[in-house]
Amino acid sequence: MSFDNAYEAVTEAQPDGDTRWAFGTGFVDPLDGVDTTVPAGVDRDGLATYCLMLGDDALVLSHRLSEWTTRAHELEDEVALANIALDLLGQARMLLSRAASVAGDGADEDSLAYFRDEREFRNVRLVELPRGDFGRCVAGLLVFSTWRLAVLSRLTRSADPVLAAVAAKGVKEVTYHRDYAARWAVRLGDGTEYSARRLHQGFADVLPFVPELFTPHELERELARQEVAVDPAPLRPEFDEVLRTVCTTAGTELPEVSTVGTLAGGAGRHGVHTEHLGYLLAEMQSLARSDPEARW
Amino acid sequence: MVTREHEDVAAARAVAETVTDPELPMLTLADLGVLREVDLAEDGAVEVTVTPTYSGCPALAEMRTDLRRRLAEAGYPRVRVHTVLSPPWSSSWITERGRRKLAEHGVHPPDDSASGDQGGAGGPVPLTLEPPRRRIRCPRCGCPDTERTSEFGATACKALYRCLGCREPFEYFKEI
Repeated sequence: MSFDNAYEAVTEAQPDGDTRWAFGTGFVDPLDGVDTTVPAGVDRDGLATYCLMLGDDALVLSHRLSEWTTRAHELEDEVALANIALDLLGQARMLLSRAASVAGDGADEDSLAYFRDEREFRNVRLVELPRGDFGRCVAGLLVFSTWRLAVLSRLTRSADPVLAAVAAKGVKEVTYHRDYAARWAVRLGDGTEYSARRLHQGFADVLPFVPELFTPHELERELARQEVAVDPAPLRPEFDEVLRTVCTTAGTELPEVSTVGTLAGGAGRHGVHTEHLGYLLAEMQSLARSDPEARW
Repeated sequence: MVTREHEDVAAARAVAETVTDPELPMLTLADLGVLREVDLAEDGAVEVTVTPTYSGCPALAEMRTDLRRRLAEAGYPRVRVHTVLSPPWSSSWITERGRRKLAEHGVHPPDDSASGDQGGAGGPVPLTLEPPRRRIRCPRCGCPDTERTSEFGATACKALYRCLGCREPFEYFKEI
Protein backbone atom coordinates (compact mmCIF):
# COMPACT_ATOMS: atom_id res chain seq x y z
CA MET A 1 0.00 0.00 0.00
CA SER A 2 1.49 3.36 -0.91
CA PHE A 3 0.45 6.93 -0.24
CA ASP A 4 1.28 10.26 -1.80
CA ASN A 5 1.86 11.83 1.57
CA ALA A 6 2.03 10.97 5.24
CA TYR A 7 -1.35 12.51 5.97
CA GLU A 8 -3.08 10.11 3.56
CA ALA A 9 -1.36 7.19 5.24
CA VAL A 10 -2.52 8.15 8.70
CA THR A 11 -6.06 9.03 7.69
CA GLU A 12 -6.64 5.95 5.54
CA ALA A 13 -10.00 4.37 6.38
CA GLN A 14 -9.63 1.06 8.18
CA PRO A 15 -11.79 -2.03 7.62
CA ASP A 16 -13.48 -1.51 10.97
CA GLY A 17 -14.27 2.11 10.22
CA ASP A 18 -11.57 3.52 12.48
CA THR A 19 -9.39 6.23 11.07
CA ARG A 20 -5.70 5.93 11.62
CA TRP A 21 -4.08 8.66 13.60
CA ALA A 22 -0.81 8.71 15.53
CA PHE A 23 -1.09 5.29 17.15
CA GLY A 24 -3.32 3.35 14.87
CA THR A 25 -6.89 3.96 15.71
CA GLY A 26 -9.15 6.12 17.73
CA PHE A 27 -8.51 4.59 21.14
CA VAL A 28 -10.63 1.52 21.59
CA ASP A 29 -11.96 0.50 24.97
CA PRO A 30 -8.95 -1.14 26.65
CA LEU A 31 -11.24 -3.85 28.01
CA ASP A 32 -12.86 -4.48 24.62
CA GLY A 33 -13.18 -8.24 24.33
CA VAL A 34 -12.41 -8.90 28.01
CA ASP A 35 -15.04 -10.84 29.94
CA THR A 36 -16.38 -8.07 32.18
CA THR A 37 -19.07 -10.02 34.01
CA VAL A 38 -19.42 -8.91 37.63
CA PRO A 39 -19.19 -11.90 39.99
CA ALA A 40 -22.36 -12.74 41.90
CA GLY A 41 -22.67 -11.11 45.31
CA VAL A 42 -20.37 -8.18 44.47
CA ASP A 43 -21.82 -4.73 45.12
CA ARG A 44 -21.85 -3.14 41.63
CA ASP A 45 -21.95 0.52 42.66
CA GLY A 46 -19.25 -0.09 45.22
CA LEU A 47 -17.03 -1.87 42.73
CA ALA A 48 -17.49 0.93 40.18
CA THR A 49 -16.50 3.57 42.75
CA TYR A 50 -13.51 1.54 43.93
CA CYS A 51 -12.28 1.25 40.33
CA LEU A 52 -12.64 5.03 40.05
CA MET A 53 -10.52 5.51 43.17
CA LEU A 54 -7.62 3.42 41.91
CA GLY A 55 -8.07 4.70 38.35
CA ASP A 56 -8.11 8.36 39.38
CA ASP A 57 -4.90 7.90 41.42
CA ALA A 58 -3.18 6.61 38.29
CA LEU A 59 -4.77 9.14 35.90
CA VAL A 60 -3.92 12.23 37.95
CA LEU A 61 -0.35 11.16 38.72
CA SER A 62 0.12 10.19 35.08
CA HIS A 63 -0.82 13.73 34.08
CA ARG A 64 1.53 15.24 36.68
CA LEU A 65 4.43 13.05 35.55
CA SER A 66 3.80 13.90 31.92
CA GLU A 67 4.56 17.52 32.86
CA TRP A 68 8.22 16.46 33.10
CA THR A 69 8.38 15.99 29.35
CA THR A 70 10.84 18.66 28.08
CA ARG A 71 11.64 19.64 31.69
CA ALA A 72 13.79 16.83 33.13
CA HIS A 73 17.52 17.27 33.68
CA GLU A 74 18.51 14.45 31.31
CA LEU A 75 16.87 12.85 28.32
CA GLU A 76 17.03 9.43 30.00
CA ASP A 77 15.01 10.60 32.99
CA GLU A 78 12.54 12.40 30.81
CA VAL A 79 11.99 9.13 28.95
CA ALA A 80 11.76 7.23 32.24
CA LEU A 81 9.13 9.56 33.67
CA ALA A 82 7.17 9.52 30.42
CA ASN A 83 7.25 5.70 30.47
CA ILE A 84 6.01 5.63 34.05
CA ALA A 85 3.27 8.10 33.14
CA LEU A 86 2.28 5.86 30.21
CA ASP A 87 2.09 2.74 32.40
CA LEU A 88 -0.12 4.62 34.86
CA LEU A 89 -2.29 5.94 32.05
CA GLY A 90 -2.76 2.37 30.85
CA GLN A 91 -3.79 1.28 34.33
CA ALA A 92 -6.13 4.27 34.57
CA ARG A 93 -7.76 3.43 31.24
CA MET A 94 -8.50 -0.15 32.28
CA LEU A 95 -9.78 0.89 35.70
CA LEU A 96 -12.00 3.70 34.37
CA SER A 97 -13.34 1.37 31.69
CA ARG A 98 -14.08 -1.20 34.36
CA ALA A 99 -15.83 1.47 36.45
CA ALA A 100 -17.93 2.49 33.44
CA SER A 101 -18.87 -1.04 32.41
CA VAL A 102 -19.80 -2.04 35.97
CA ALA A 103 -21.90 1.09 36.52
CA GLY A 104 -23.57 0.56 33.13
CA ASP A 105 -24.86 4.13 33.05
CA GLY A 106 -23.59 5.01 29.58
CA ALA A 107 -20.32 6.51 30.78
CA ASP A 108 -17.02 5.43 29.25
CA GLU A 109 -13.36 5.97 30.09
CA ASP A 110 -13.25 9.28 28.21
CA SER A 111 -16.38 10.75 29.79
CA LEU A 112 -15.08 9.74 33.22
CA ALA A 113 -11.68 11.30 32.59
CA TYR A 114 -12.80 14.47 30.86
CA PHE A 115 -16.31 15.31 31.98
CA ARG A 116 -16.23 14.85 35.73
CA ASP A 117 -15.65 17.84 37.98
CA GLU A 118 -13.13 18.09 40.77
CA ARG A 119 -15.49 16.92 43.52
CA GLU A 120 -16.27 13.75 41.57
CA PHE A 121 -12.62 12.67 41.43
CA ARG A 122 -11.77 10.01 44.01
CA ASN A 123 -7.95 10.13 43.94
CA VAL A 124 -5.83 10.59 47.05
CA ARG A 125 -4.52 14.15 47.38
CA LEU A 126 -0.85 13.11 47.15
CA VAL A 127 -1.04 12.66 43.37
CA GLU A 128 -2.43 16.13 42.67
CA LEU A 129 0.38 18.09 44.39
CA PRO A 130 2.29 20.40 42.03
CA ARG A 131 5.20 18.90 40.11
CA GLY A 132 7.90 20.63 42.18
CA ASP A 133 11.59 19.93 41.55
CA PHE A 134 13.22 16.56 40.86
CA GLY A 135 13.82 15.88 44.56
CA ARG A 136 10.11 16.35 45.17
CA CYS A 137 9.30 14.15 42.14
CA VAL A 138 11.50 11.31 43.45
CA ALA A 139 10.08 11.56 46.99
CA GLY A 140 6.50 11.61 45.70
CA LEU A 141 7.02 8.75 43.26
CA LEU A 142 8.73 6.63 45.92
CA VAL A 143 5.86 7.18 48.35
CA PHE A 144 3.17 6.60 45.74
CA SER A 145 4.67 3.53 44.09
CA THR A 146 5.56 1.87 47.41
CA TRP A 147 1.97 2.30 48.56
CA ARG A 148 0.40 1.30 45.26
CA LEU A 149 2.63 -1.74 44.87
CA ALA A 150 1.62 -2.94 48.34
CA VAL A 151 -2.07 -2.51 47.38
CA LEU A 152 -1.82 -4.02 43.89
CA SER A 153 0.14 -7.06 45.03
CA ARG A 154 -2.79 -7.95 47.34
CA LEU A 155 -5.39 -6.97 44.78
CA THR A 156 -4.15 -9.82 42.55
CA ARG A 157 -6.35 -12.01 44.77
CA SER A 158 -9.47 -9.87 44.33
CA ALA A 159 -12.78 -11.66 43.93
CA ASP A 160 -13.29 -9.49 40.85
CA PRO A 161 -11.30 -11.22 38.09
CA VAL A 162 -10.86 -8.00 36.08
CA LEU A 163 -9.42 -6.09 39.06
CA ALA A 164 -7.19 -9.07 39.85
CA ALA A 165 -5.88 -9.15 36.27
CA VAL A 166 -5.33 -5.38 36.08
CA ALA A 167 -3.47 -5.59 39.39
CA ALA A 168 -1.30 -8.48 38.22
CA LYS A 169 -0.15 -6.45 35.21
CA GLY A 170 0.29 -3.37 37.38
CA VAL A 171 2.50 -5.14 39.93
CA LYS A 172 5.19 -5.77 37.33
CA GLU A 173 5.07 -2.17 36.11
CA VAL A 174 4.95 -0.46 39.51
CA THR A 175 7.88 -2.62 40.68
CA TYR A 176 9.96 -0.86 38.01
CA HIS A 177 8.58 2.54 39.09
CA ARG A 178 9.42 1.98 42.74
CA ASP A 179 12.92 0.74 41.94
CA TYR A 180 13.52 3.80 39.75
CA ALA A 181 12.41 6.20 42.49
CA ALA A 182 14.26 4.28 45.22
CA ARG A 183 17.56 4.27 43.30
CA TRP A 184 17.26 7.99 42.61
CA ALA A 185 16.45 8.64 46.27
CA VAL A 186 19.68 6.84 47.20
CA ARG A 187 21.67 8.81 44.60
CA LEU A 188 20.29 12.14 45.79
CA GLY A 189 20.43 11.35 49.50
CA ASP A 190 23.94 9.91 49.25
CA GLY A 191 25.11 12.57 46.76
CA THR A 192 26.05 16.11 47.67
CA GLU A 193 24.82 18.10 50.62
CA TYR A 194 22.75 20.09 48.13
CA SER A 195 21.09 17.05 46.48
CA ALA A 196 20.36 15.55 49.92
CA ARG A 197 18.70 18.80 50.98
CA ARG A 198 16.49 18.85 47.89
CA LEU A 199 15.40 15.25 48.51
CA HIS A 200 14.75 16.04 52.16
CA GLN A 201 12.58 19.00 51.17
CA GLY A 202 10.75 16.74 48.71
CA PHE A 203 9.89 14.34 51.52
CA ALA A 204 8.79 17.26 53.70
CA ASP A 205 6.33 18.25 50.96
CA VAL A 206 4.78 14.81 50.41
CA LEU A 207 4.89 13.08 53.82
CA PRO A 208 1.96 15.12 55.24
CA PHE A 209 -0.23 13.31 52.70
CA VAL A 210 0.90 9.79 53.66
CA PRO A 211 -1.58 9.08 56.49
CA GLU A 212 -4.42 9.61 54.00
CA LEU A 213 -3.05 6.70 51.91
CA PHE A 214 -3.56 4.32 54.81
CA THR A 215 -6.92 5.65 56.01
CA PRO A 216 -9.48 3.57 54.15
CA HIS A 217 -12.72 5.06 52.90
CA GLU A 218 -15.68 3.17 54.36
CA LEU A 219 -16.28 1.68 50.91
CA GLU A 220 -12.75 0.26 50.75
CA ARG A 221 -13.32 -1.39 54.13
CA GLU A 222 -16.65 -2.82 53.07
CA LEU A 223 -15.32 -4.15 49.76
CA ALA A 224 -12.27 -5.55 51.53
CA ARG A 225 -14.67 -7.59 53.66
CA GLN A 226 -16.14 -8.93 50.40
CA GLU A 227 -12.55 -9.72 49.28
CA VAL A 228 -12.95 -7.42 46.30
CA ALA A 229 -10.81 -4.49 47.50
CA VAL A 230 -7.68 -4.13 49.62
CA ASP A 231 -7.81 -2.34 52.97
CA PRO A 232 -4.59 -0.28 52.91
CA ALA A 233 -4.41 0.22 56.71
CA PRO A 234 -2.56 -3.03 57.54
CA LEU A 235 0.00 -2.30 54.80
CA ARG A 236 1.54 0.64 56.65
CA PRO A 237 4.37 -1.36 58.33
CA GLU A 238 5.43 -2.74 54.94
CA PHE A 239 5.48 0.81 53.52
CA ASP A 240 7.49 2.14 56.46
CA GLU A 241 9.99 -0.69 56.09
CA VAL A 242 10.63 0.11 52.42
CA LEU A 243 11.14 3.81 53.17
CA ARG A 244 13.41 2.97 56.08
CA THR A 245 15.57 0.74 53.86
CA VAL A 246 15.86 3.45 51.21
CA CYS A 247 16.68 6.16 53.75
CA THR A 248 19.25 4.03 55.56
CA THR A 249 20.99 3.26 52.27
CA ALA A 250 20.80 6.92 51.27
CA GLY A 251 22.13 8.05 54.63
CA THR A 252 19.19 10.38 55.09
CA GLU A 253 16.42 10.71 57.62
CA LEU A 254 12.79 11.43 56.93
CA PRO A 255 11.72 14.86 58.18
CA GLU A 256 9.23 15.23 61.00
CA VAL A 257 6.02 16.64 59.55
CA SER A 258 2.44 17.24 60.63
CA THR A 259 -0.34 15.47 58.83
CA VAL A 260 -2.40 17.62 56.49
CA GLY A 261 -5.97 18.17 57.68
CA THR A 262 -9.23 16.74 56.37
CA LEU A 263 -12.62 18.33 55.87
CA ALA A 264 -14.82 16.77 58.54
CA GLY A 265 -12.88 13.53 58.02
CA GLY A 266 -13.22 13.76 54.25
CA ALA A 267 -10.19 13.64 51.96
CA GLY A 268 -9.43 12.69 48.35
CA ARG A 269 -11.43 9.46 48.39
CA HIS A 270 -14.52 11.52 49.36
CA GLY A 271 -13.92 14.09 46.63
CA VAL A 272 -12.26 16.64 48.94
CA HIS A 273 -9.13 17.88 47.20
CA THR A 274 -6.37 20.46 47.37
CA GLU A 275 -6.64 23.62 45.30
CA HIS A 276 -4.19 22.08 42.81
CA LEU A 277 -6.54 19.49 41.33
CA GLY A 278 -8.83 22.05 39.70
CA TYR A 279 -5.95 23.58 37.75
CA LEU A 280 -4.71 20.16 36.69
CA LEU A 281 -8.16 19.15 35.45
CA ALA A 282 -8.61 22.46 33.67
CA GLU A 283 -5.57 21.66 31.56
CA MET A 284 -6.27 17.95 31.14
CA GLN A 285 -9.94 18.39 30.22
CA SER A 286 -9.88 21.60 28.20
CA LEU A 287 -9.56 20.04 24.75
CA ALA A 288 -12.24 17.42 25.31
CA ARG A 289 -14.61 20.00 26.76
CA SER A 290 -14.09 22.56 24.03
CA ASP A 291 -14.59 19.95 21.30
CA PRO A 292 -16.61 17.01 22.66
CA GLU A 293 -16.64 15.38 19.22
CA ALA A 294 -12.84 15.35 18.95
CA ARG A 295 -11.21 11.95 18.36
CA TRP A 296 -7.67 11.02 19.24
CA MET B 1 -8.64 -37.05 8.33
CA VAL B 2 -8.19 -33.30 8.32
CA THR B 3 -11.52 -31.61 7.86
CA ARG B 4 -12.04 -28.45 5.88
CA GLU B 5 -12.71 -26.56 9.09
CA HIS B 6 -9.39 -27.57 10.62
CA GLU B 7 -7.63 -26.45 7.48
CA ASP B 8 -9.39 -23.10 7.71
CA VAL B 9 -8.42 -22.61 11.33
CA ALA B 10 -4.84 -23.45 10.50
CA ALA B 11 -4.89 -21.09 7.51
CA ALA B 12 -6.43 -18.25 9.53
CA ARG B 13 -3.89 -18.84 12.26
CA ALA B 14 -1.07 -18.75 9.72
CA VAL B 15 -2.32 -15.35 8.50
CA ALA B 16 -2.71 -13.94 12.03
CA GLU B 17 0.78 -15.15 12.89
CA THR B 18 2.32 -13.03 10.14
CA VAL B 19 1.06 -9.75 11.65
CA THR B 20 4.01 -7.85 13.10
CA ASP B 21 4.40 -5.65 16.13
CA PRO B 22 4.16 -1.98 15.05
CA GLU B 23 7.03 -0.94 17.30
CA LEU B 24 9.20 -4.04 16.87
CA PRO B 25 8.52 -4.85 13.21
CA MET B 26 11.06 -7.69 13.22
CA LEU B 27 8.72 -9.63 15.52
CA THR B 28 5.39 -11.18 14.64
CA LEU B 29 2.67 -11.19 17.29
CA ALA B 30 3.33 -14.93 17.60
CA ASP B 31 7.06 -14.34 18.22
CA LEU B 32 6.21 -11.74 20.86
CA GLY B 33 3.82 -14.13 22.58
CA VAL B 34 0.83 -11.76 22.56
CA LEU B 35 -1.23 -13.87 20.14
CA ARG B 36 -2.98 -16.29 22.44
CA GLU B 37 -5.58 -18.04 20.27
CA VAL B 38 -7.02 -18.14 16.77
CA ASP B 39 -10.31 -19.94 16.27
CA LEU B 40 -13.29 -20.14 13.94
CA ALA B 41 -16.70 -19.30 15.41
CA GLU B 42 -19.90 -21.11 14.40
CA ASP B 43 -20.92 -18.09 12.33
CA GLY B 44 -17.70 -18.32 10.33
CA ALA B 45 -15.97 -15.35 11.93
CA VAL B 46 -12.33 -15.64 12.92
CA GLU B 47 -11.87 -15.17 16.65
CA VAL B 48 -8.45 -13.90 17.62
CA THR B 49 -7.34 -13.53 21.23
CA VAL B 50 -4.48 -11.21 22.13
CA THR B 51 -2.99 -9.95 25.39
CA PRO B 52 -1.26 -6.60 26.03
CA THR B 53 2.41 -6.41 26.97
CA TYR B 54 2.22 -3.31 29.19
CA SER B 55 -1.01 -1.71 30.48
CA GLY B 56 -0.40 1.48 28.53
CA CYS B 57 1.19 0.01 25.42
CA PRO B 58 -0.41 1.99 22.58
CA ALA B 59 0.60 -0.70 20.09
CA LEU B 60 -2.31 -2.92 21.09
CA ALA B 61 -4.86 -0.80 19.19
CA GLU B 62 -2.63 -0.94 16.12
CA MET B 63 -2.23 -4.72 16.46
CA ARG B 64 -5.99 -5.21 16.55
CA THR B 65 -6.44 -3.11 13.42
CA ASP B 66 -3.61 -4.89 11.62
CA LEU B 67 -5.06 -8.30 12.52
CA ARG B 68 -8.46 -7.32 11.09
CA ARG B 69 -6.94 -5.89 7.96
CA ARG B 70 -4.54 -8.76 7.26
CA LEU B 71 -7.25 -11.35 7.79
CA ALA B 72 -9.70 -9.38 5.62
CA GLU B 73 -7.13 -9.25 2.83
CA ALA B 74 -6.68 -13.02 3.16
CA GLY B 75 -10.41 -13.62 2.69
CA TYR B 76 -11.73 -13.55 6.24
CA PRO B 77 -14.04 -10.54 6.27
CA ARG B 78 -15.44 -11.24 9.71
CA VAL B 79 -12.92 -11.01 12.51
CA ARG B 80 -13.46 -10.58 16.21
CA VAL B 81 -10.44 -9.63 18.31
CA HIS B 82 -10.69 -10.45 22.01
CA THR B 83 -8.35 -9.21 24.69
CA VAL B 84 -7.39 -11.29 27.70
CA LEU B 85 -5.52 -9.90 30.69
CA SER B 86 -4.93 -13.13 32.54
CA PRO B 87 -2.49 -14.75 32.78
CA PRO B 88 -0.54 -11.50 32.30
CA TRP B 89 2.01 -11.39 29.51
CA SER B 90 5.62 -11.64 30.58
CA SER B 91 8.81 -11.46 28.57
CA SER B 92 9.22 -15.22 29.00
CA TRP B 93 6.40 -15.56 26.42
CA ILE B 94 8.76 -14.36 23.66
CA THR B 95 9.62 -17.40 21.54
CA GLU B 96 13.13 -18.65 20.75
CA ARG B 97 12.63 -17.44 17.18
CA GLY B 98 11.57 -14.03 18.52
CA ARG B 99 14.68 -13.82 20.69
CA ARG B 100 16.90 -14.69 17.76
CA LYS B 101 15.27 -12.03 15.58
CA LEU B 102 15.58 -9.36 18.29
CA ALA B 103 19.30 -10.09 18.60
CA GLU B 104 19.74 -10.03 14.81
CA HIS B 105 18.24 -6.53 14.83
CA GLY B 106 20.47 -5.21 17.58
CA VAL B 107 17.95 -5.52 20.44
CA HIS B 108 19.22 -7.74 23.24
CA PRO B 109 16.52 -10.27 24.19
CA PRO B 110 15.30 -10.41 27.80
CA ASP B 111 17.38 -12.28 30.35
CA ASP B 112 14.44 -13.80 32.20
CA SER B 113 16.73 -15.24 34.86
CA ALA B 114 17.28 -11.64 36.03
CA SER B 115 13.64 -11.02 36.92
CA GLY B 116 13.24 -10.86 40.66
CA ASP B 117 10.54 -12.23 42.90
CA GLN B 118 7.50 -10.12 42.09
CA GLY B 119 5.32 -11.31 44.91
CA GLY B 120 3.29 -13.65 42.72
CA ALA B 121 1.64 -15.13 45.79
CA GLY B 122 0.02 -11.79 46.62
CA GLY B 123 2.55 -10.77 49.26
CA PRO B 124 5.10 -7.95 49.53
CA VAL B 125 7.36 -7.34 46.53
CA PRO B 126 11.01 -7.11 47.63
CA LEU B 127 12.78 -3.81 47.01
CA THR B 128 15.89 -3.98 44.81
CA LEU B 129 18.18 -1.01 45.20
CA GLU B 130 20.87 -2.54 42.98
CA PRO B 131 20.37 -2.45 39.22
CA PRO B 132 19.23 -5.85 37.94
CA ARG B 133 22.03 -8.36 37.30
CA ARG B 134 21.65 -9.30 33.69
CA ARG B 135 23.97 -11.27 31.48
CA ILE B 136 24.20 -8.97 28.51
CA ARG B 137 26.64 -9.12 25.63
CA CYS B 138 26.68 -6.44 22.98
CA PRO B 139 24.34 -7.70 20.22
CA ARG B 140 26.66 -6.15 17.61
CA CYS B 141 30.19 -7.18 18.61
CA GLY B 142 29.53 -9.80 21.32
CA CYS B 143 31.62 -7.93 23.89
CA PRO B 144 30.53 -8.87 27.46
CA ASP B 145 31.51 -5.45 28.79
CA THR B 146 28.30 -3.38 28.64
CA GLU B 147 26.71 -0.73 30.82
CA ARG B 148 23.14 0.34 31.41
CA THR B 149 22.40 3.95 30.52
CA SER B 150 18.69 3.96 31.37
CA GLU B 151 16.17 1.46 32.64
CA PHE B 152 13.52 3.06 30.40
CA GLY B 153 13.80 3.36 26.63
CA ALA B 154 11.96 4.46 23.51
CA THR B 155 9.12 2.02 24.18
CA ALA B 156 7.68 0.70 27.43
CA CYS B 157 9.37 -2.67 26.93
CA LYS B 158 12.99 -1.59 26.45
CA ALA B 159 15.99 -0.31 28.44
CA LEU B 160 19.05 1.46 27.02
CA TYR B 161 22.59 0.06 27.14
CA ARG B 162 26.02 0.92 25.80
CA CYS B 163 28.79 -1.42 24.73
CA LEU B 164 32.13 -0.52 26.30
CA GLY B 165 33.96 -2.48 23.56
CA CYS B 166 32.60 -1.05 20.32
CA ARG B 167 31.10 2.02 22.10
CA GLU B 168 27.77 1.57 20.32
CA PRO B 169 24.49 2.11 22.19
CA PHE B 170 21.90 -0.67 21.96
CA GLU B 171 18.49 -1.54 23.33
CA TYR B 172 17.61 -4.28 25.78
CA PHE B 173 14.17 -5.90 25.90
CA LYS B 174 13.34 -5.74 29.61
CA GLU B 175 12.49 -8.86 31.55
CA ILE B 176 9.12 -8.44 33.21
